[in-house]
Amino acid sequence: MRRLGPGEGVVGILLALAAISPFVLPSQAWIGFAVNAVLISVLSIAWNVTGGFCGQMSFGHAALYGTGAYAAAMLQLRLGLNPYLAGIVGIAAGAAMGGFIGALAFRYGLRGSYFALVTLAFAEVLRILASSFEITGAGSGLTLPFRPGLANLQFPDRYAAYVFVLILCILALAVSAAVKGSRLGSNMVAVRENEEAAGAIGIDAFRVKVVAMIISGAIAGAAGVAYLQIQLFIDAPIAYGSLISVEALLGPIIGGAGTLLGPVVGTVVLHIVGEVVKTGVGGAPGLNLVFYGIVLLLILRFLPNGLMGLAGNLRWPARTASAARSAEAR
Amino acid sequence: MLGLVVPAVLSGLTTGAIYALVALGLTLIYGVLHIINFAHGSLLMAALYTALFMNLRLGLDPYVALPVVVAIFFCAGYLLQRYVIDTFSHGRDANILLATLALSIIIDNGALYLFTSNTRTIDVPYAFEMVEIGPAFIPLPKLVAFLAALVFAALLWLLMRHTRLGAAIRAVAIEKRGAELMGIDVKHTYAMCFGIGTACVAAAACLLLPTFYVTPQVGYAFVLVAFTTVVLGGMGSLGGALVAGLFLGVVEALCGLFLGETLGQIGIFAAFILTLLFRPAGLFAPRVA
Amino acid sequence: MKTKTAQGRFPTLTTTGEWQMAEDKSGFETIAGTARSRRELLKAGGSTLALAAVGTVAAPAVLRAQAPTVKIGGIGPLTGALAYNGNQAKAAMQFAIDDANAAGGIKSMGGAKLELLFGDAESRPDVGAAQVDKLAEAGVCCLVGAQSSAISLATTQAAARFNLPQVVDVGTADQIVQRGLPNVFRFSPGTARSVAEGIANLNTLNEQAGKPVKTVAIVHEDGPFGSSMARLLQEKLPSIGMNVVETISHPTPQRDFTNIVLRLKNARPDLVMPSHYINEFILFARTIRQQRFAPKAIYSIFGGGASNIKFVRENQDAAQFVIDTNHWYDPRKPASQALARKVADAKLDLTYDIMVAYGATQVVIDAIEKAGSADRAKLIETLSTQTFADTVMPYGPIKFVGGDNTGSHLVNLQVRGDKIEVIFPKEYATIDPVFPFPDRS
Repeated sequence: MRRLGPGEGVVGILLALAAISPFVLPSQAWIGFAVNAVLISVLSIAWNVTGGFCGQMSFGHAALYGTGAYAAAMLQLRLGLNPYLAGIVGIAAGAAMGGFIGALAFRYGLRGSYFALVTLAFAEVLRILASSFEITGAGSGLTLPFRPGLANLQFPDRYAAYVFVLILCILALAVSAAVKGSRLGSNMVAVRENEEAAGAIGIDAFRVKVVAMIISGAIAGAAGVAYLQIQLFIDAPIAYGSLISVEALLGPIIGGAGTLLGPVVGTVVLHIVGEVVKTGVGGAPGLNLVFYGIVLLLILRFLPNGLMGLAGNLRWPARTASAARSAEAR
Repeated sequence: MLGLVVPAVLSGLTTGAIYALVALGLTLIYGVLHIINFAHGSLLMAALYTALFMNLRLGLDPYVALPVVVAIFFCAGYLLQRYVIDTFSHGRDANILLATLALSIIIDNGALYLFTSNTRTIDVPYAFEMVEIGPAFIPLPKLVAFLAALVFAALLWLLMRHTRLGAAIRAVAIEKRGAELMGIDVKHTYAMCFGIGTACVAAAACLLLPTFYVTPQVGYAFVLVAFTTVVLGGMGSLGGALVAGLFLGVVEALCGLFLGETLGQIGIFAAFILTLLFRPAGLFAPRVA
Repeated sequence: MKTKTAQGRFPTLTTTGEWQMAEDKSGFETIAGTARSRRELLKAGGSTLALAAVGTVAAPAVLRAQAPTVKIGGIGPLTGALAYNGNQAKAAMQFAIDDANAAGGIKSMGGAKLELLFGDAESRPDVGAAQVDKLAEAGVCCLVGAQSSAISLATTQAAARFNLPQVVDVGTADQIVQRGLPNVFRFSPGTARSVAEGIANLNTLNEQAGKPVKTVAIVHEDGPFGSSMARLLQEKLPSIGMNVVETISHPTPQRDFTNIVLRLKNARPDLVMPSHYINEFILFARTIRQQRFAPKAIYSIFGGGASNIKFVRENQDAAQFVIDTNHWYDPRKPASQALARKVADAKLDLTYDIMVAYGATQVVIDAIEKAGSADRAKLIETLSTQTFADTVMPYGPIKFVGGDNTGSHLVNLQVRGDKIEVIFPKEYATIDPVFPFPDRS
């Protein structure tokens, strides 16, 4: 693995600063925003394992996220399971769903947009199932009883919720870093770059991709569990809606797919952009999102490698300007 | 219940014709540009509004407005592909995907801002005209949409088979580099293709308007089904899209009848997943036109 | 040089991030500052008022000069799937606040003016909760909203952390008031009571007409609202001698209603009870006409169709005689007529969203007036102990018991020509009901 460039260092420091900002800035508005941004970051990290490291772009990460949330909710409500235990099972359920979808899709050799569409379809099927049966609350969704307190994994204030999602995010990053640095991670990259060549050097591409889906499913499931424990309510469109699948992939692509910090950077920047245009545009409904879309296009236009691509352009001062120029030209 | 099967199938065919028309555009764009166009539903919505305002402001019947709306959206599609999607995404898959996603965010919310979220409908004199076919009543506008979809598919097929443009599009779809070396302007061909795809959606909008409503979110009602139709028909296959659209209309109607409308939606997606798993190339010959 | 630009560009980006944080910080400080000074002012105001009551008259003049602004937080979906409801409600809240300001502001606070701060929940509960944080931060004393059960569940819970009262305008899910949150006050009736009232009214109509209706079909959307409604209807309808012969659920959006109408034709119910949103009702009502299905009546609870004037105007033929049980104002009150004029001037549709949000905001303003304070805890106490009267709604004395307004009622509306008329209860009725429908084939 190449040495970390100064870009990653700078980004890491900035993210760390951003992470502690809610404690320094005595603002409840900022922390509510931060909870949502960090929660979606966890989901982005999950997407990045399959979409970034392994090159299998999914449009249906809601299938994994929603399964985590639903499993945790049903176990608490139907079997009276302790929320911590239910949460762990929720994570396992996300992983299992990831493995299941991955095994089916990759068994039949689906790649590229075919894989994208089949994941989308799975999320839709799950949404329909969740809104059809009594055990999932059908159309009414599931509401956890309001019992604040850490014993119930419910948060008396936003700071506690923030600490919880932050820990989750750091854990997810750690898992993601471990995967990236491991042999499995290099195999994933090999599969992404050229699946046939990877096969030729003895990598079991099928296995690598399924394992990627399982890891991704566990992380996405954890994000779903976190959403449930914070909002205490889920229904089919919230858990399995295409909005969540889109949120999952926006951050990594904007931030830089396949990089460690890219998903988090992308998600945080997009959330900030969203807030800024909301504040800037004011009351006109829709206009803020028009500007959001335009900013999205501009980032694509001027930062095709994502924000981490920009950070990657930074060099240690010792390196000459010509090296940097060649990097720019690349 | 069994007595309802024939009317349900006929009604499913007319709904399916609209799916087919929306999917024709999508499959053309997919087959040639190899991109999944997330803005397709938004363009459908924009075309519905265009036809709606032509009716409200100029008193044009949607069927009369059809050629105008189609022409406008052909140009819009051409410009979008050539000067927005292509320029802004640098031709990378992930970025193209996001570019179409960004476009859909802009179009949807632009419509919300300009037209508000009110549900709009138009009143045409023939809205309640019914045609009796066997045991079923088919609304006249739906029958028109059904026949028009067949005509459009045929026209598109002629265009792809018997014109220079069609030949160029097919060449680019099969081998972009080679076509480029043969002197085909790839960017222009891509944009033409996107324009034609968008024009199909515009036609679908005009045929849909007499029996449907318009809101800024209306595109979502059709876009997922359109994806399914494209996959089922074989990505890039025009005939496949037509047959698959009609087929899905019927599947939806029958599943709705026997499983209930809520669970019945699953029919479409089950068909989708099964096709992707067992015949990822689609049920029908997967090639352009 | 290239390196420079690259390096130069990156810090700009971070500055933007830092700037965002810095702005938030300064925003907080100013807000906290005003909040503090306002609290002091209020304390002063309270004591001077007490003095004024004893007999001093000079003090209120001084107070009026320094009357603070009272901030009310509005919350609801301005974008996304529920944008229509949110935008309607927002307009109504602004009307209520403008009217109160024009009438001299909060008199018990020296004529303090009111200000509406509105947070867009983007049709998502999590975003709604984050907006509550923002509004709380901005110093609002009370929330009104959020037009949807899912969003209201999330926002009330978020508001509880700030001890911030929320008057829920429309949120039919009964869990909203069943979680024991002390800050939640639901203005309009929930599902259980709505169904009970809707069925009682239906029974009265049916008995008056000589019991023409014996069989019912329920058509409902499969979201929280439609499915809980359908479940209760199935349970309760037999108690008034009506037999449910068919229950059909469908997703939102539903593209085609032909199948559903075919099934209804097959089941031949006397009465059809739809529960879905306006878009689906438009398609449904049109398909009923197209397929020449003629039930004896169409009677909905929160059906959306018979309570949307635009739908009625654009689909007169299909909408004729449809009866809805819904939130509606008392059309005879002068305040209601003034509201209707305002809504027409603003070129908005006069929908129940507007009426309920206006009424809910009136209650909040009344509570601030009664409390003589914009203190959150005092407002919660006032809302939970006092009785409120005279909103635009046809409600009895408004009293929140366990967070639920015990005075709230629904009315029955019927489409007649290009108008929506109130047909039931008698004391608000503008016209006599037509039930069953005249034969239209």
